[in-house]
Formats: sequence, C-alpha cells, structure tokens
Amino acid sequence: MIAEAGLAALWLAAALALMQLAIAAIGVRRVMAEPDFQTELSGHLLAAVRPVAIVQGVLALLAMVLLITVFVRTDMSVLLVAENSHSEKPLLYKFAGAWGNHEGSMLLWVTILGVAGAAVAIFERSLARATLIATLGAQAMIALGFYAFLLFSSNPFTRLDPAPVDGQGLNPLLQDPGLAFHPPTLYIGYVGISVAFSFAVGALVTRDVGPAFARAMRPWVLGAWIFLTLGITAGSYWAYYELGWGGWWFWDPVENASLMPWLAATALLHSVTVLATRDGLRAWTIMLAVVAFSMSMIGTFLVRSGILTSVHAFAVDPERGSFILALLAIYIGGALLLFAARVGTVRAGNTFDLVSREGALVANNLLLSVILGIVLIGTLYPIIAAGFGTQLSVGPPFFNKAAGPVALLLVAIMAAGPLLRWRRDEAKALVARMAIPIAATVVALAGFLIFAPGIDLLPLLGLALAAGLAAASVAPLWGRNLRRTPLFTYGMVISHLGIAVSLAGMASDSAFTQATLVAARVGEPQRVGPYSVTLDGIAPVIGPNWSALEAHLSARRGSGAAIQLRPQARFFSNPVTSTSESAIATMLDGQLYTVIGQPDGAGRWQLRLWWKPFVTLIWAGGALIALGGVLSLLGRWLRERRARGREAEA
Amino acid sequence: MKRLALILAIIAAPVLADSKLPPAPLANTQLRDPAREAQAQALMVTLRCLVCQGQSIADSDAEMAGDMRSLVRTRIQAGESPASIRKWLVTRYGDYVTYDPPMSALTAPLWIAPLALLAFGLWLARASFRKRRRG
Repeated sequence: MIAEAGLAALWLAAALALMQLAIAAIGVRRVMAEPDFQTELSGHLLAAVRPVAIVQGVLALLAMVLLITVFVRTDMSVLLVAENSHSEKPLLYKFAGAWGNHEGSMLLWVTILGVAGAAVAIFERSLARATLIATLGAQAMIALGFYAFLLFSSNPFTRLDPAPVDGQGLNPLLQDPGLAFHPPTLYIGYVGISVAFSFAVGALVTRDVGPAFARAMRPWVLGAWIFLTLGITAGSYWAYYELGWGGWWFWDPVENASLMPWLAATALLHSVTVLATRDGLRAWTIMLAVVAFSMSMIGTFLVRSGILTSVHAFAVDPERGSFILALLAIYIGGALLLFAARVGTVRAGNTFDLVSREGALVANNLLLSVILGIVLIGTLYPIIAAGFGTQLSVGPPFFNKAAGPVALLLVAIMAAGPLLRWRRDEAKALVARMAIPIAATVVALAGFLIFAPGIDLLPLLGLALAAGLAAASVAPLWGRNLRRTPLFTYGMVISHLGIAVSLAGMASDSAFTQATLVAARVGEPQRVGPYSVTLDGIAPVIGPNWSALEAHLSARRGSGAAIQLRPQARFFSNPVTSTSESAIATMLDGQLYTVIGQPDGAGRWQLRLWWKPFVTLIWAGGALIALGGVLSLLGRWLRERRARGREAEA
Repeated sequence: MKRLALILAIIAAPVLADSKLPPAPLANTQLRDPAREAQAQALMVTLRCLVCQGQSIADSDAEMAGDMRSLVRTRIQAGESPASIRKWLVTRYGDYVTYDPPMSALTAPLWIAPLALLAFGLWLARASFRKRRRG
C-alpha cells in the first residue's frame, strides 16, 4: 500500500503542478493586459496560486518520505528496493539508499523542487506580484517535466511480483556517510539555481528586469551557491578518502557536471550584485541565470543517464535516454528562445569604465564563463568525437593546461576587484592599494624558487598567487571600523580568503606530495616524507555487512610519539565487491594517507603511503568559501529587515 | 582468531584480484631512481585505465591498471621517453588510452576552443564599457 500511496501522491503533485502552470499562464496574461487593476487582480491570483504551490510541495515530500519508508522496511516487492537494497545493510544506508539510485535521486530532485516552490510561495515578499506569479508558473513548468519523467519512464514505486527473498544490495563505494549528505546538498544547490532561473523567466515575462528584481533573486542564487560549494567540497573529500589513491579531483564527467553549475552560479552571484547595486549588466545577468540553469539540468540528467561516463549506458535504455534529451532540449531551448525573444525589451543598464569595480566583475564573469566553456567542451568532446567514429579521452592534462592559466588570471583579478571603486577608478591608485598583496606574491614566488626549486609552473604560480590573494582578500577591512563593517563585507572577505586557502592546498598537494609504494614485511619501517611507518600486523575485522583485513600501522616523526593508523581492505558480499578504506592522520601541516593492498604470498603486504603537506587546506578553503556565503546571506537579510522596519516606522 | 583469518582469506581470495595471478612486478612498486619514478608517475596520471570508469592507471585498483603501471615503469627504467611510451600505447589501444588528446584534425577545435572562447568573451564584454573621456 505504501508504494501505491507514494505513486498516488506523485500523480496528484503532477496534477497540481499542471494547475499551477495554468493559473499562472492565464493569470499573468490577464494582469499584463489590464494595467489599471493590476494590484487587485494579481492579489486574487496570488491567493489562488500560493496554496497550489504549497500543497504540490507537500505531496512531493510525502512521496519521498514513502519511498524512504519502503527502503527502511526493505520491502522487496518494490522493484527499486530489490535492485538497490539488502536486508543486512545498516539503517543509515537503507535510509540514504533511497536516493542512491536513478529513480530515487530523481524523486529527491523533484521533492526539493516542490519544497523550494512552496518556500517561494510562502516567503517571497519583495518581488512584484505579477512577477512572482510568473515565477511560480515557471517553477511548475520545470516540475512538470520531472514528474513526467518519473511517472512515464522512471517510476520509483514499480512493484515486483513475485518478490525476491532479498535484494541485490547497494554499491559498497556508496555505503558511506557521504551518501547521506552529498547528493541532497548538491540537489538543493541545483534546485536553488532553478528557482533563480524561474525568477529570471518571471522577470522576462513581466518585463521587470531591474535592481528590485535582482535583490529578490540574490538570496536564492546565494543560497544555491552555498549548497553547491558544500556539495562539491564534501564530494571531493569523499572521493579522496574512499577511492584510496590520494586523488581529490579527477576531472571526471560526473565531477565536471557539478563544477559547471557552480562556475555559472559564481558568475551569476557577482553579476546579480552589479544589477542590484549599480543597475548594470541586465541582459547578461538574465543570460547567466539561463546558463546556470542549463548547466544544472545537464548536470542532473547527464549524470543520471550515464551518457557521460559511458556512451553505452545511453543505448541500454533508449526510451529513457531520448526522454532525457527531449527534456533537455525543451528546457534549455525554451529558456534560450524566451531570452532571445525578450532580450530586446530589457533596457540597457548603466555603463562604466574599464577600471572600476564593475569592470573587475565583468572580467570575473568573462573568465568564469571561459572556464565553464572549457569544462563543458572538454566534457562533451568525447561524445562529439564518437560521432565521428573516434574514441578519445579528455582528462586532467587538457583541463589543467586549458583552464589552469585562466583560473590563475581570474585569481589575480579577484585580488584587485574588491579594492576598486564603483563606476570609475585610477589604475595608479589601484597599484598603490595593491602594494602589500603584490609584495606578498613576489616574496612567495622568490621564496619557493630559492628554497624549493623544481616545482612545476602551475603549482608554483598557484602558491605565489594564493599568498597575494590571501593578503588582498583581507585588504577591504584595513582602516575600517571592524564593528561597523557590514556582515556581507565580511562574507566577501572570507569567501575570497577561502579561495586563496583552497588554492594553496591544491598547489601544495601537487607540488610537495610524496608517495611510497612498497611490499612491506611486518616490523620493517618504511619512509614517507618526514614519517617512518611500520606495519605492526594484520588482523581480521567484522562489520555489519562486510568483513575486512585491517593493517595496524604506527607512524613516527623524528622522536615523536607513534600515531596509530588502521587502513582496511573490505569485502562486501552483497553485492560481491572489495573496497579499500584508507586511514588518514591529519596533522597541522598535512595528512598522512595510508592504504593496505594485497599480500604477495611471501609474507609481504602491499602498502601505499602518501605524505600530503597542507592538503587539508583544499577542503578547509571550501568550507570558508561556503561560510562567507552564509555570512553574506545573513548580512543581506538583516539589512533588508532593518530597512523594512524603518519603512514601517515611517 | 587464526582460523577466522584463514576463513576470511579464503572468502576474500576471489575478490582480491581479477585473476589468480600475482600483480605485475612493478604494478605497486616504485622505481629506485626518484627522477625516473617521477617521470613514470607523471605519465601514468595521463593514461586511462581502459576497464575502469574514468580513472587513470595511477589511481585504479584494477588488475589491468596494475599491468599498465608495470609496463610504464619497466619501459621508463629501460630509458624510453614518456612520449614514445604514450605513442606505443596509442598505436596499441587507440586515442582512448591517453587523457591528453593528441593534436589532430579532429581535436584541433578542442585545443583552439579556450582561446576562441576568451576572444569571443572579450568582444562581448566590450559593449559594457564606456569610452573613457579624456580630462
């Protein structure tokens, strides 16, 4: 019954989305046609649309809760559970396993979309009413595509008769606390971007593109961006400790699919600020919203369909594949068409000098878009080449060579941007303000050249620019009354500092990492970086649904106390898979990363040891970037509340 | 405890490796000369593990990745240049094996794209700027 109730909730939610779209479409047309009664009419319409959007969100949430319920109860009569779960799986993974598969993750997407739509209906107060109605209409339209996809080709509630005795289990690589956190975070980010896109559609439809609209859209962009940042950071750390070879970014299509929306959202975040404060970059901001949305669609669909990881997965299920392609074409094509049709009505915004805060923000947008373009082309190129009958791979060498220099240029502009004045500024004055950051860059560059020669060019420049950016990012606080500085300025400072910290971690990892791969006997010390690591013994361990061989390692640095590390080689029986669980010791100046491999039959065990100086900065930086976003969001919210309070008093 | 380990080892045996063979000699062992090893490592991260989903041979547990690592290390040790090893692998497995797509008529657009994008972006951004007034 639970599965049927879930399916019913989905159908009802889809019907409500259709109704929401219909009311909005007819309503906005009427409102625009009768400007004299606009306020009254749109008030009535909003009163009709709001409850529909809220109930739609509640129903989608109900469907998700019911799917989680059948997973937690391990109801084998539901096909999805039988294919992706197992009775002996720990409860956390039964719960999170609900979205550890194609159908469930699509349902999670549409649930978050529905809840976000309800949130817009309940909380959005600053947007013009007609635009809000059009926005909710656009939301309903996006949701309809997903409902159709779920109901017609990816029904998560399909029954299986007869029910098997037990399920096929969840891929052990996914059996990690990361699964409970990483996909929902990314999806909230994707959906947040779709909300921003709906705002853009709404504003295009009602010809309302301007600073007020930008101020209403900004918190959604910022919120989505925070979640994307967290999702990518967490995903990167998850891959780092789970895959067992010390890598933290592989330029894998799936990773790129999450990076592209982030790049677009970062650009949008900066251009929406120009629109909100200086009324510039109107058309460009709308275009970025369209691009960001397209990227999150590509991210969601192409990852789910498997077309990027393997071209064959696409052919396995042609119906689903063509459905996905059709949806992508409708969404992205429709968005671009609307943009093309209405961009003429968007009045040109204010212009500005090349050397100005706006100028730096345009450069930021430009370079982020170029990086986005490089990642997109690099990710899709193997598919294009396959069309010409050639199988080729595009990987780290291409992305590093092509995107690396652009990213470093972006970092340099990022250091200067916040130190520029709005509208127009003097290049000479900028150089004077940048004296300390420039000095920091030069000193760092010289220092690394002298004391650590032989570093590759990209990491070397990365380290030097990270030092300069760190100095420049806190520069906006110099000479200011720190207690009167608005919270969102702190947000910007901390986010930019986070980029510097993260960049330093990436460059340090690629410049200074040391690896030791050996077949080790018990008791023989091995050297890696400043550590001496000894294999003390191997012992079996039993987990809830796995067994493992655990290595007991003790690591010593100089005459310091020994650190115990316990990497495992795990064996799962459902499905039959082995994984290596790395053991990582985090020190102030880096991480010691250890993995146990196979025995060689002669009493020796394969050990993989890495010493990675300051690698933790990568994720610490990611956390700082997100924290800056949170402060910024909070700061804007406080200011709006105060402004509204003042209005109420007056 | 010993018996448990034995049982575990028996259960685990088929899972541990794709075949019953021990891993290739240099699959998981570094070269003695750090400069040569660094050369091998730099090459390995740009070679695709052909049986994995988007991993280089430098970070894969697959048996074939181990064999390829051993091959790369053996040839580097023998003094062969990374470029020639890559070439040898490409003739054997096709362009698919290298993550660094070689320049050809088909890949030219890929390598030109970054510069083209930058130029197009600059042209696009030009409209936003006001001509600077003198004085």
